[in-house]
Amino acid sequence: MLGTIYALLFYVATALLVVGLAMKIRKYARTPAPLRIPVTPSPTTRTGVILRMFREVLFFESLFKSNKWIWAFGWVFHMSMWLVLARHLRYFTYDVWGWVAFIQPFGTYAGFAMVAGLAGLWARRFLVERIRYISNPSDHLMLALIIAIGGSGLTMRFVAHTDIIAVKAFMLGLLRFRIGDLPADPFLLIHLGLVATLMIIFPISKLLHAPGLFFAPSRVQADNARDVRHVGRWDNEGEQHD
Amino acid sequence: MTEDIPQMDDPLDIPCLKHGAMEGLKPFIAAPIHQEALGFPGELVPDWKERALEKMAEMAETNRAFQIYLDTCVKCGACTDKCHYFLGTGDPKNMPVARQDLLRSVYRRYFTFAGKYFPWLVGARDLTEDVLHEWYSYYHQCSECRRCSVFCPYGIDTAEITMAARDILAHVGIGQKYSNEIIGKVHAIGNNLGLPAKALGATLEDLEEDIEDETGVSVRIPVDEHGADILLVTPSADFFAEPHIDGLLGYAKVFHEAGVSWTVSSYASEAANFGLFIGNQDQMREVSLRIKKAAQDLGVKRIIFGECGHAWRVAYGFMNTLAGPFDFLDQNYPIPQHILEFTWDEIQKGTFTFDKSKNDHIRLTYHDSCNVARASRMGDEPGGQFEIPRNVIKAVCNNYFDMERDTTHESTLCCGGGGGLLTDDLMDLRVKGASPRMTALQQVTEDHGVTHMAAICAICKTQFSKVMPKYGYDMDSILSVHQLVSNAIILTGQEIDDAEDTND
Repeated sequence: MLGTIYALLFYVATALLVVGLAMKIRKYARTPAPLRIPVTPSPTTRTGVILRMFREVLFFESLFKSNKWIWAFGWVFHMSMWLVLARHLRYFTYDVWGWVAFIQPFGTYAGFAMVAGLAGLWARRFLVERIRYISNPSDHLMLALIIAIGGSGLTMRFVAHTDIIAVKAFMLGLLRFRIGDLPADPFLLIHLGLVATLMIIFPISKLLHAPGLFFAPSRVQADNARDVRHVGRWDNEGEQHD
Repeated sequence: MTEDIPQMDDPLDIPCLKHGAMEGLKPFIAAPIHQEALGFPGELVPDWKERALEKMAEMAETNRAFQIYLDTCVKCGACTDKCHYFLGTGDPKNMPVARQDLLRSVYRRYFTFAGKYFPWLVGARDLTEDVLHEWYSYYHQCSECRRCSVFCPYGIDTAEITMAARDILAHVGIGQKYSNEIIGKVHAIGNNLGLPAKALGATLEDLEEDIEDETGVSVRIPVDEHGADILLVTPSADFFAEPHIDGLLGYAKVFHEAGVSWTVSSYASEAANFGLFIGNQDQMREVSLRIKKAAQDLGVKRIIFGECGHAWRVAYGFMNTLAGPFDFLDQNYPIPQHILEFTWDEIQKGTFTFDKSKNDHIRLTYHDSCNVARASRMGDEPGGQFEIPRNVIKAVCNNYFDMERDTTHESTLCCGGGGGLLTDDLMDLRVKGASPRMTALQQVTEDHGVTHMAAICAICKTQFSKVMPKYGYDMDSILSVHQLVSNAIILTGQEIDDAEDTND
């Protein structure tokens, strides 16, 4: 019964995540950019743009220039999250890939760093007057949700162990469309329920910053307006560009 | 007035929030005649709500920036202390993200799942007439300077949201008098001032005489000269305002010494393009097309732009898109070219003789104008828009000092009067918005005895000549870069009459 509920939940969540994100990305890609609006420091070539985006994604370069506290908390959270996510691949693969096995200890402790980073970001929403002003309930809830995911996960890892073998069997089954049993462990059910929630709200929330970043004209356009004619709504030559 | 001037120890000091500090401040609303001249409804239309939402939907579909910027903000707060109007007023709605949220909240309510069904959760709100007026107020407290965008982890550019909001407002009948009236004049007469061809010709003749009186050399400032090689398009303020005129004299001397043939056009006697400010691409295109037509009619080979910030953004970044292709021009030169690129090229060739001591009474700093710094470029290399003006300044001026690095280059602070806010009905905002820049200037005055500041933007120059007196500087402490060139250049055949300065 429990297995069936969670299996359905995950199928639905995955479908909504994939389809929702695909639709959003399609929309972003198809919406025209009428004018060229890169913002300084803007590279003049495509290679330069790729390097710029690489620095933004990997090091949060602009945020670093902007505010060291937000950068520190945000960067630690995001990078730890990638490690934690990578670590979790072991529950979906059989045999476990070598590099996934290797990063297990790092991924485990990154869980603490992730929650610490999130806690720092949340603290700023209360403590810094300006950020308190711009925070909506959803901004608080998003942090609460991810902290709860991290907290429940860490609890299972360090306090109340769950039957991880059974969980892995369940997940491997899901991947093959076989619905098995899931241990009725409260922390596990909370953890999985919240992850599914996060997946569902991803395409309809500010988590869209992840794909959106790669479509922001101010960052991904090269500064070459005088060399290459950017065709906007008008081509002025009688041809139709669509 | 003095009591209103914010006291800052550092140009980037973050104020405590002063809720509602700038509430209700708004520029004059455009009269029906100025609205209708641009094809906008004369006054608030009865079905304003439907039309505003339609316009917003259209923007989301036709402008990727609008859509992406509304969707991707995570409210991290990185931008909250980056706007000079926030630093100067403390009004929380002048924080870039809060300014965006005025529109984002409505976008969410009508166009997103979360906002439709859980408005309280995501700060979504209905579009009401009060909201429209709040937009009108706070979207005219943004100078579209893009400083916030530099610091945003996603590059979100509040200028784009401001332009969109102003465009929506104009489309439902609430346009801004200052910008719309001026755009109307450009369509009708050819420049922001409404200066007709005859008056322009007379003004330029007077200026030719001034140069001859000063130097003994006859330097021409030609108008509508067919077959000239270069069309100079410069802000009309260069024809009548101080210190702009002195910059124009500098361009004329530079062209004269370089031995090129050039002309201004009475049909396109304006570089400024306020279509940018009101966020309307059709208006921006019409103004750009005037320049193209002038270039074609006069048969020029090159177009060079004078010192104007937003005009250079439109010319450099958009003109080719809006009015191009410019295949009738000489492709061996940048299209368009900036006057500073021209002057710097000639300096490197050794075309000019300078007497730098002519600027020795000046201890100078340089204000990077926002649209040049963050929305365009000069030269072939990234950052040329910072290097080239400084190179030219250093070639003609002995005493140069930069302001604090966090307030120059891509981090430059707006003068406080850009983006269509250079109007007396917003003077309070302009004075407060200038305070971060003025504080940075005061620092170099204390540290290096700086007396003057140079700029390459007509709006910056006008704004500073108005607000600098409130911060303890003379109104002529703001200079054109080409004014410094004009001071130092020794024209071929010029009598070196004044021997009095040489032995001090």
